[in-house]
Amino acid sequence: MRSAFPGDDPRPPGRELAVEIHGLVKRYGPKTAVDGLDLSVATGTLTAVLGPNGAGKTTTIETCEGYRRPDAGTVRVLGLDPVADSAALRPRIGVMLQSGGVYPGARAEEMLRHTASLHAHPVDVDALIDRLGLGSCGRTAYRRLSGGQQQRLALAMAVVGRPELVFLDEPTAGLDPQARRATWDLVRELRADGVTVVLTTHHMDEAEQLADDVAIVDGGKVIAQGSPEELCRGGAENTLRFSGRPGLDLDSLLKALPADSAAAELTSGTYRVTGKVDPQLLATVTVWCAQNGVMPDRIAVERHTLEDVFLELTGKELRA
Amino acid sequence: MSTDTTAGTSPETGTGTFAPRPGAAPLVRMIRAQAALETRMLLRNGEQLLLTVVIPTLLLVLFSAVDIIDTGEGEAVDFLAPGVLALAVMSTAFTGQAIATGFERRYGVLKRLGASPLPRWGLMTAKTCSVLVTEVLQIALLTVIAFALGWSPHGNPLSVLALLVLGTAAFSGLGLLMAGTLKAEATLAAANLVFLLLLVGGGVIVPLDKFPAGARSVLELLPISALSDGLRDVLQHGAGLPWGDLGILAAWAVLGLGAAARFFRWE
Repeated sequence: MRSAFPGDDPRPPGRELAVEIHGLVKRYGPKTAVDGLDLSVATGTLTAVLGPNGAGKTTTIETCEGYRRPDAGTVRVLGLDPVADSAALRPRIGVMLQSGGVYPGARAEEMLRHTASLHAHPVDVDALIDRLGLGSCGRTAYRRLSGGQQQRLALAMAVVGRPELVFLDEPTAGLDPQARRATWDLVRELRADGVTVVLTTHHMDEAEQLADDVAIVDGGKVIAQGSPEELCRGGAENTLRFSGRPGLDLDSLLKALPADSAAAELTSGTYRVTGKVDPQLLATVTVWCAQNGVMPDRIAVERHTLEDVFLELTGKELRA
Repeated sequence: MSTDTTAGTSPETGTGTFAPRPGAAPLVRMIRAQAALETRMLLRNGEQLLLTVVIPTLLLVLFSAVDIIDTGEGEAVDFLAPGVLALAVMSTAFTGQAIATGFERRYGVLKRLGASPLPRWGLMTAKTCSVLVTEVLQIALLTVIAFALGWSPHGNPLSVLALLVLGTAAFSGLGLLMAGTLKAEATLAAANLVFLLLLVGGGVIVPLDKFPAGARSVLELLPISALSDGLRDVLQHGAGLPWGDLGILAAWAVLGLGAAARFFRWE
């Protein structure tokens, strides 16, 4: 088992890496966008790069795509240097930019056919158009497409050339739930067909639902990497939350709880108990509430989520 | 193993639709496809057609039919047709290309194509092909109209070709320099302004000898003046190769393309 946190135990040996980044630094003027970032992506996996806006996600992805030259560190994509070996790398990767990339006057279908024609063995364009629900707007100029249609066209353009590795920069940003689900299905199918996928997102559920591997990025560094399960095990196992009157004395509760538990008043009147949350612990808490004349309002047992992990690691809420 | 723990969220096996089989299309096919797309984009754009087709045609017809400007000895159309051909080259290679490329840069088209299998030099080659195809269409149209207006051209077609090619190179360099360094909106404004100024002050419809001698010696060095003057020398007066004008165009081509290659920013 690989550790969820960087620095201690690397990937198991013998696994090929599609992306290998060591100590990447990228500055724009006085601003450091990426600050010593390490990231590995195993071939055939789906990796979500998760972090708030400005964390350095796009800069990292765009360095892998060959758009940015690192100020320090090394980047290898499919074993190649993205800048020096650009000509060899470009046919093998698929790229979805965060926005744009299409002639404003080009029709959706026309642009997709054109992108396909730059590749030797493209996917069947008609099937892909159906698949992404672009049939109804195939003759519509790009600038008249809705935001969601533009996103789906950009996704189609990224995968039409049958790449080994795709980089999707916020593929579901601004999509309605239905379109989001269609994008998720396609991304899952890519992975099932053996395509390595790297996507950026600031949606926890997206990372949890899709990814084999999640890299949490903050302040230009990967602060944790692992499967969603590994990351969530990294902290306490479970959480019990309840509301009551503010300022309860938790010392007597802690005496009643098992030794490895913790209790805290998060905000005025909301309490969190972490530890091995089992029926016994729940009973202990409610008994303690009864003894103290507290009606535990909105009592809930929660699985530790990526959101919690993120909060613990960075002290920040993810939705920036 | 971490990669197996979430397999339940994905289909167990894929359909094979996206099974990797990467590869670039043959280079010639990529460039041909790109040139065809760029040409379609240009021909579909109303403002571009106004610049490249409507304005040159109107100027040719209007000033040939109505005696507004003193065009010197002979038929007005014999003076105007070479000037309007020069204008057509400028409208496509400079104004149209600058505006289109400026907005392609702004909308991330150049960036996205930069990650495609098409190399950058292939993209620039395709752009040049697209400009040349458009010019052929423009020149065919304007030539037919000029003949209908009674045009009687002289001279060696190869001299005309040399002037058109060097003129295209000069204007392309300047257009790409503008598109690759300025903001798209600034390019739009500047390219239209330059088009208008050069239309008036570049010997297209107004003979340069109408200007004071001091101004004329400067105006004669402009690429549009060199192209219209050179075309006029050949087509109206039957000159051989107008070396002076070709020299001026070559100098602009070297300067413009050199500066564009040096300063062009892709995003």
